[in-house]
Amino acid sequence: MEALKQELKGKIIEVLNLEDIAVEEINDNDALFGDGLGLDSIDALELIVLLDKDYGIKLTDPKAGKTIFQSVETMATYITDNRTK
Amino acid sequence: MKTCYINGTGCISTQNTFETDFLSEVTINNTENVIYANQPSYKEFIAPAASRRMAKGVKMGIAASSKALKDANLTMPEAIIIGTGMGCVEDSEKFLKSILDNKEEFLTPTSFIQSTHNTVGGQIALGLQCKGYNFTYVNGAVSFETALLDAKMQIENDEVESILVGGIDETGTYTLSLHKLINLVKSEEDKPYSVLNSNSKGIVHSEGAGFFVLENEKKESSYALVEAVSLQSSLETEEVSDFIANFLEANNLKISDIDAIVLGNNGDVEFDDYYDISNSLFKNTPQVYYKHLSGEYNTASAFGFWIAANIIKNQDIPEVVSMNALKKEAYSTILLYNQYRGKDHSLIVLKKC
Repeated sequence: MEALKQELKGKIIEVLNLEDIAVEEINDNDALFGDGLGLDSIDALELIVLLDKDYGIKLTDPKAGKTIFQSVETMATYITDNRTK
Repeated sequence: MKTCYINGTGCISTQNTFETDFLSEVTINNTENVIYANQPSYKEFIAPAASRRMAKGVKMGIAASSKALKDANLTMPEAIIIGTGMGCVEDSEKFLKSILDNKEEFLTPTSFIQSTHNTVGGQIALGLQCKGYNFTYVNGAVSFETALLDAKMQIENDEVESILVGGIDETGTYTLSLHKLINLVKSEEDKPYSVLNSNSKGIVHSEGAGFFVLENEKKESSYALVEAVSLQSSLETEEVSDFIANFLEANNLKISDIDAIVLGNNGDVEFDDYYDISNSLFKNTPQVYYKHLSGEYNTASAFGFWIAANIIKNQDIPEVVSMNALKKEAYSTILLYNQYRGKDHSLIVLKKC
């Protein structure tokens, strides 16, 4: 789980071009949207593609995204429970 | 009819034209067949959250336009008109590569959103909250001139009072590799490269952004006024003299009225004979060239336009762009002529104001 969280942080920085942020600056429970990393709706689409491409998870319920993408912690838990690759 | 004044400029090029005075620091490249624009620090112009999604071309456009607006002491133009030959080619390539790499699955939105040709104009408008006329011309090597012509007509016909007009092109890695493959770019064997007296084919490829604030009134910051613009899609070399003569006549000008001519020679031995007018019609006129500083790209002529505007403002031709030894005491009327591979010919007349 710890390794997955580190991997996720790296991928989020890379996919979303968060140029000024380092992996160690993202805490597991930091909010990804709003006050935390300040991601927006386009980033949400990028994260949905990331789940599909790298972990084989297709999000069919858009409302579920709100819970899944709360933080790196919630993303890692969801990926661990649902990944197909 | 109103007059179209150039009241502000912003130029990002392979030279340090963004942060220094007019051509005070220049480097002449003769060893690289691809030269890249000198990138300023964008933090002052673009919020980090927005910047992270922007390719180089969009950033160059925003920074150069900000500088032009500041130079003209204008906060909000009434219209934004952009010319670009290749558009946002970096993100276009990224998006298309992603389609191929992922077998048409997993397509992410960011590069697609930013890949359209009018992204630069759109992002400038978003940043300024400018809801006026916003148009992007994609017309090869006359993209900038077409944008300029549109802007000039709108100013002259009193449709708007101020317009931000610019020419912008960025380098795309894959597109560049294709241009090299079909020998549009000079080969390594042709070193050292030169623009004048070149005996090799192709060009030194480059990129840049030239932005200008055009207004219907003269200000303290005014550089020059745009007197005339003419475009011609195709010409034979022997037709250039007539093209220029007819243009001058239509604008009540004689060759002797031209105080300097700015030519778009790019060192391609196959097509630089279009500029042989320098040895005939304009042999007694001070001549200026600039693509040894800017390199060649579809909107390099915006760099030439920036040079001409500055020559009129400063009333001096810097040695580094002087093509012949001729000088004049005053530069009141400057003619610009550019073409690319025998196509996309443009003539512009700038006058002192």
